[in-house]
Amino acid sequence: MSLTRPEVEKIAQLARLSITEQEMPVYVASLSSIVDFVADLAKVDTGAVLPMAHPLEGQSQRLRDDVVTETDHHEEYQANAASVQAGLYVVPRVIE
Amino acid sequence: MLHNRSIGELADLLAKKQVSSVELTRHFLDRIERLNPALNAVITPTAELGLAAAAVADRRRSSGEAAPLLGIPLIHKDIFCTHGVRTSCGSRMLDNFIAPYDATVVERLSVAGAVMLGKANMDEFAMGSSNETSFYGPVKNPWDTSKVPGGSSGGSAAATAARLAPFATGTDTGGSIRQPAALTGITGLKPTYGRVSRYGMIAFASSLDQAGVFARSAADVAIVLQAMAGFDPKDSTSVDVPVPDYGAALDRPLKGLRIGLLAEFFTGLEARNRALIENALQVYRRLGAVTVEVSLPHLPLSVPTYYVVAPAECSSNLSRFDGVRFGYRCDDPKDLKDLYCRSRGEGFGAEVKRRIMTGTYVLSAGYFDAYYLKAQKVRQLITDEFRAAFTQVDVLIGPTTPTPAFAIGAKVDDPITMYLNDIYTIGANLAGLPGLSMPCGLIDGLPMGLQLIGPHFSEERLLNAAHQYQMASDWHSLAPRGYE
Repeated sequence: MSLTRPEVEKIAQLARLSITEQEMPVYVASLSSIVDFVADLAKVDTGAVLPMAHPLEGQSQRLRDDVVTETDHHEEYQANAASVQAGLYVVPRVIE
Repeated sequence: MLHNRSIGELADLLAKKQVSSVELTRHFLDRIERLNPALNAVITPTAELGLAAAAVADRRRSSGEAAPLLGIPLIHKDIFCTHGVRTSCGSRMLDNFIAPYDATVVERLSVAGAVMLGKANMDEFAMGSSNETSFYGPVKNPWDTSKVPGGSSGGSAAATAARLAPFATGTDTGGSIRQPAALTGITGLKPTYGRVSRYGMIAFASSLDQAGVFARSAADVAIVLQAMAGFDPKDSTSVDVPVPDYGAALDRPLKGLRIGLLAEFFTGLEARNRALIENALQVYRRLGAVTVEVSLPHLPLSVPTYYVVAPAECSSNLSRFDGVRFGYRCDDPKDLKDLYCRSRGEGFGAEVKRRIMTGTYVLSAGYFDAYYLKAQKVRQLITDEFRAAFTQVDVLIGPTTPTPAFAIGAKVDDPITMYLNDIYTIGANLAGLPGLSMPCGLIDGLPMGLQLIGPHFSEERLLNAAHQYQMASDWHSLAPRGYE
């Protein structure tokens, strides 16, 4: 196994994913095999090649004028939220 | 029968008032009701909306309008946001999500008069090659319901092959249009990166995702692409280049077309698969094309490259699902972190969590250079090799998949075996190139695909080459038994 259980637990922690006891060994094995599978990339001589930034040549990030174009949809958008009060998203208390 | 007519023929019937869009829509809704239970291709039928849109299309026709898609039914992959309609992306995470706006693709097709019949099943968040990772269960292949239809756009492909709609939308991040098109015996096009807007298309890997079309012929795909393609200021990577007349290019003769045969596509290719490709190349030679052997030495690395780049982008894109603003929320979270972790742990399926974790790992401190930056360098090498090849040839032709459709359950426990299904399709995504798959024969009674890849913005040429092949052969008109 190229990844240990504590390493996978740390990755899950970073990714904010709760992983059950039963799932954990499956992920240790499959993530290890994926890491081994992509290890071939290290053998490639990439010399002075720059990492790709865009699949098409000569593209640059478009900018728009800094004007308000959005209209107010907050009620419609918040209809998809699990818990809303007075137009605010409700989460468990974060400040004691 | 109406469901075997091409889009062009249906438009003609509508124009001559031999059928109304409402009748056409009812015909396909009946087929969905009757045939979909065995396939699980459509997860959200939208009959009421469809019939209302059809009535509008009929009124527009009566007042003299005559757009090619006006009144033609379609099915949308459930990755496209549809205003007021559940948009699940095949995930428990979005099982309760009602999209508050339309994706640009949905809007454009609706303006063109196309009529939505429903939303298609798909691999969860488009992560899969067999449509087995969907929260709503696997899609069955209409050619053999014990087999997968391919993925991730498996519902769209199965629905189109089963004649549940004249066409369907899909998305292709690593082969998710071309592979299911091949395995269900239909024509599928993944356009150039930036050709079709990604706005409102739920993101998986933003530098690879591209929307496209499933239909039963290249001529039909051309009609749909015409309505979908074009610049969209709402998508920051949409490209502002003119959209050609795809239909006008279909009949160009192929004399002198230079077809590239990639050495890397043919090494190790199974004999029966190779024979089908050879037969297709004979057709092309008869049409006046010439074949040239070319090589892309780094192409075999496209699968490992993809499985670094795509999960990295996935882990970033899917961080928006936090149980707060939309999507699944766990019961009784004890604090904010517990809310995040359990909402995501319970809301995402196994493959999505695997990819998020792979991505988190390759982007984490100490590994970023070795994996992510290295993969983006190899990606550049592969792209440069494609570019060089296209100075010698007009189009590359090869297989779409290594094998025909495999059994449901056969590969679910081994992610690497599953990932290798996409060995022939991933290259085009890494380089942002357009690719098309169309049926070119059967193996063990199951359809196989021929893949055409062209330079950036060569959709016209790909559709032209595919159409000419389809005029000279009839693999594309074969229907699965029971769905004729």
